[in-house]
Amino acid sequence: MTMWTAATALLSHWRQRPLQLGALLSGLALATALWSGVQAINAEARASYARAAAVLDQNGLANLVSPNGLAIPESAFVRLRRAGWNVSPVLEGEYRFGATRLRVIGIEPLTMPAETNSVDLENAGELFSFITPPGMLVVSPKTAEKIRGQTGLALRVSDRMLDGAAFIDIGLAQRLLRRDGELSRIVIAEEQRPGLEPLGRLVPALSVREPNAQTEVKHLTESFHLNLTAFGFLAFAVGLLIVYSTIGLAFEQRRPTFRTLRCLGVSLSRLAVLLLAELVFFAVAAGAVGIAIGYLVASLLLPGVAATLEGLYEASVPGTLSLRPEWWVSGFAIALAGTLVSSTQSLLRLMRVPLLAAAQPQAWGRSSEKGRRFQVLAAAALLALSGALLLWVDGLQAGFGVLGCLLLGAALLLPAVLSGFLTLMQRTSSRALVTWLWADARQQLPGLSLALMALLLALAANVGVGTMVSSFRLTFVGWLDQRLAAELYVAARDESEADRLRAWLATRVESVLPISSVDAEIRGQPVQIFGVVDDPTYRKHWPLFVGTPDVWDRVASGDGILVNEQFWRRERLRIGDELDLASDWKAAVVGVYSDYGNPKGQVIAGIDALTFRYPQVSRLRYGLRVQPDQVADLRSSLSDEFGLPPENIVDQAALKEQSRRIFDRTFLVTGALNIFTLGVAGLAMFSSLLTLSEMRLPQLAPVWATGVTRRDLALLELLRTLVLWLATFIAALPLGLALAWVLLAVVNVEAFGWRLPMYIFPYEWGRLGLVALAAAVVSVFIPLRRLAGIAPSELLKVFANER
Amino acid sequence: MSVRSIAIAFAITTMASLSGSQAAYQGFAGLGSAAEGFSVPKPGLLFRFPADHGPHPDFRIEWWYLTANLEAPDGTEYGAQWTLFRSALAPTEANGWSSPQLWMGHAAVTTSENHFAAERISRGGVGQAGVVTGPFSAWIDDWQMTGHAVPGADQLADIRLTATAEEFGYELRLLATGPLVPQGDNGYSVKSATGQASYYYSQPFYAVTGSLSLPTGNVAVTGKAWLDREWSSQPLAEDQTGWEWFSLHLDTGEKLMGFRLRDEGEGFTAATWITADGRPDPLPPAALKIVPARTAKVAGRQIPVSWNVRIPSRGFDVTTQPLNDQAWMSTSIPYWEGPIAFEGSVRGRGYLEMTGY
Repeated sequence: MTMWTAATALLSHWRQRPLQLGALLSGLALATALWSGVQAINAEARASYARAAAVLDQNGLANLVSPNGLAIPESAFVRLRRAGWNVSPVLEGEYRFGATRLRVIGIEPLTMPAETNSVDLENAGELFSFITPPGMLVVSPKTAEKIRGQTGLALRVSDRMLDGAAFIDIGLAQRLLRRDGELSRIVIAEEQRPGLEPLGRLVPALSVREPNAQTEVKHLTESFHLNLTAFGFLAFAVGLLIVYSTIGLAFEQRRPTFRTLRCLGVSLSRLAVLLLAELVFFAVAAGAVGIAIGYLVASLLLPGVAATLEGLYEASVPGTLSLRPEWWVSGFAIALAGTLVSSTQSLLRLMRVPLLAAAQPQAWGRSSEKGRRFQVLAAAALLALSGALLLWVDGLQAGFGVLGCLLLGAALLLPAVLSGFLTLMQRTSSRALVTWLWADARQQLPGLSLALMALLLALAANVGVGTMVSSFRLTFVGWLDQRLAAELYVAARDESEADRLRAWLATRVESVLPISSVDAEIRGQPVQIFGVVDDPTYRKHWPLFVGTPDVWDRVASGDGILVNEQFWRRERLRIGDELDLASDWKAAVVGVYSDYGNPKGQVIAGIDALTFRYPQVSRLRYGLRVQPDQVADLRSSLSDEFGLPPENIVDQAALKEQSRRIFDRTFLVTGALNIFTLGVAGLAMFSSLLTLSEMRLPQLAPVWATGVTRRDLALLELLRTLVLWLATFIAALPLGLALAWVLLAVVNVEAFGWRLPMYIFPYEWGRLGLVALAAAVVSVFIPLRRLAGIAPSELLKVFANER
Repeated sequence: MSVRSIAIAFAITTMASLSGSQAAYQGFAGLGSAAEGFSVPKPGLLFRFPADHGPHPDFRIEWWYLTANLEAPDGTEYGAQWTLFRSALAPTEANGWSSPQLWMGHAAVTTSENHFAAERISRGGVGQAGVVTGPFSAWIDDWQMTGHAVPGADQLADIRLTATAEEFGYELRLLATGPLVPQGDNGYSVKSATGQASYYYSQPFYAVTGSLSLPTGNVAVTGKAWLDREWSSQPLAEDQTGWEWFSLHLDTGEKLMGFRLRDEGEGFTAATWITADGRPDPLPPAALKIVPARTAKVAGRQIPVSWNVRIPSRGFDVTTQPLNDQAWMSTSIPYWEGPIAFEGSVRGRGYLEMTGY
């Protein structure tokens, strides 16, 4: 018998069962789609961080930095140059052009090593414009659009530039940022002449940051990407469950074919090769479709992700996707690997099956009692591991470990729980038909258990993530109300305007709260230090987490500071700990406040203490306390009196609205992935019910023969599906809540540095339940219609010819 | 950022159209010739030292240009060059990065086999490069020319010179054995028939001791050196395309400085005969005649590396030969600069610079 004949014999199976083929391919494609979609987003974002690091931070080269975060005096650069070191100075900071805040990177083009490719000034004229007043900004096309007309500086548009950042001359940077004679870091070129005096002797106060050191953005966004990856993986795992069950079933159903082929002389190895080839073909075909869908999904989600990353981490990621080989190759690889893993068991069984053993389609579905006990043991072990990780291991990875073990353990436990439940129901019922219904459901359970596990995971993920997001939102909105206590926020355009503004406001508002901050580095972390005046607004509203009773007095006196929660947790600070805020400034931590949505550490100090140490601190922005009904008047008189553009006067409501919008955007992606996962679970349910309905004729025929109509049989089937769905849904609720708790109390703390209280939203569960119910009803619909319309002769055949 | 664009920018302001780079010339022809806001040299000014050893930021360009003919104990000959150029984007000076002054350094060592060259570029205002007097110091990065003269003596009478690059370096001590010498009309050096000029003086009487460090090892050397100081705002006429410039140490102890600026016609030549005790005798225009004696292929172009140099009125008639034909400065503005020997009516050593090829 030729290979080809054997292959067509094997493949004919799929022609007879197109739905099964559909389930297999779509399960695989969807799983690959979600996985590769998430990977595409991650790859794009990471590539853009790498680009940012290479272009903006010159991170391919070593840099000299100040370990305590203080500014580097320009003289250090000159000393190094005069000792023969090939180095170049950089000063970075944030600057507002109109309403747009840009990261400005002041560089010195004559000494900047060519390999950094920082600025592509095309000719000498551009170089002159760059280094001579008024100066020039090198920006991306998008940034140029935003700030055109907002600045008197020349704009040079460069496609290589990243959004939200601008290269300017170092001298201009010092002027704009009011940091005369200061540098942020010093870039060390690769080429150096021999015989140089060691850096440690020339500039002992500075330390070398090695090339390609992990950048801040990469570090901050790591948790976000890990989150996405975890979601992608969950969806992939659910998809693989479909593939696993479908392949297992297809192998079982083809046993007679295998037996026949073997009897006709096809060797076992040849059969195995054929089946393997078939699987690889399916994996590649479905993988290709999945990658295409994944690309689509990723390009739909990417703008949201980009917005989130920008809002949350100030990381600039383009909203458009490029086809990167790393992800489509990994997409194919994971589709193949997934298929092979899910079919290993079936292939192994094929090897072991005796040549002439009778086909037993049910044997596959019915797991033995021993197997079930093993499953329960494994579940218990996983749950115990999850608990152990929770108690004794720190870190984001451990947090996800807790989640993974919890979900997998619970999923493995599900069949046992459901079986127990059905046994109980069976015992309590007295009517024969009802008893049969429960017993039959229990008998059906092994075949459905994979689909139910998928459903459980999807539902629990939905409940968990939904609870987390809603709890976060509720806390966040409440926190915004406290935090944004001032009715109006106003920004002066320069110091002299700020002076006039303060004088003018003094008699017109209840209080003026300056918003002044400097960027510093404390304990090696970038931190913003804010200065506050002593005002009842803070005493009444500021969202303190922990604090001494006299906290505001101590802040006002200058010897106490407040830190935000993320910094507090990250540094494991305690009340009373002293921090070095500057070389000559130590202060004790007297309180901790929540500061959601800020990836960086933050410190609040008395404004006098701050301006004493940082006399150059900008005093342009103010929060104004006025009666709410006077806001509109004050606003218009401010713009009349000072000619301030609208974007410089923001009222509380607008600011809150903006913050909420950023928040909602942040979780858009999460929501979308949730829906996809639920869809995959629905598909798993559908494919399982479909295959079961085909195998269940022998069980149903006797019941039909005792006089139950086909319509009633169909209704009973529906009822049973709904009961199983309901039981799974109920089991998913505590699991989902546990998941939410881990997310809020463990993963969030590790990923973002804040812990959130958990709120429960039963209404959302109801909605989710309805969606899941719809999925269950849809998935049971085709098998039911088939059952209701089945010809009595088919049912009779069961008795006439028992296979 | 290409260093090239910086250098071209620099070249335009310093050497004007002499760089020969068509693109640069077209892009910045305006900058090259007009003296917008800058001071212009006028005849009749007397140098004031040590102030005039320092920079003149109100002039567009300026240089401290030192060339040395050196010899090892075994008789092996070497040449060394140390140059600091100043180029101003505006006729002012300011502290910090807003200084409009740019600086460029060139250093080179020539052997009969090799020519090593290096370049540094820097902004003024922050201390990375500059020139100060009292005591004298001119520097860019770790290249330095520092004055160590005793009080009362000219600040350039005793200087130390260092430069180090990847392949070579040197440390030289230079002692002046004669006075400073004004060039041209008491320091007013005319550069064209239409009146372009610069302020120009030299110290041609240095006796040198020191050491060179080369890839093959360190070499102790002695010899003679020549320092040129020149500043201007509009040194060349628009049609002038390059120059040949000679500084010659005659075995008689006399010195000769002579240059020819090439243009569309015969060119403009000028020369100063300096007696062994340092009295200058500026020769009238066209008194110096130079004719190529031999060309060589250097950096892909034919360059006259050997010259017949004549001053008929003085009976001076020599032919120069370079120590190394390939003394090409492959810096951002490329030019030929190297040690030469000459014989004929008199023998001696010296330096030749040729631009615009």
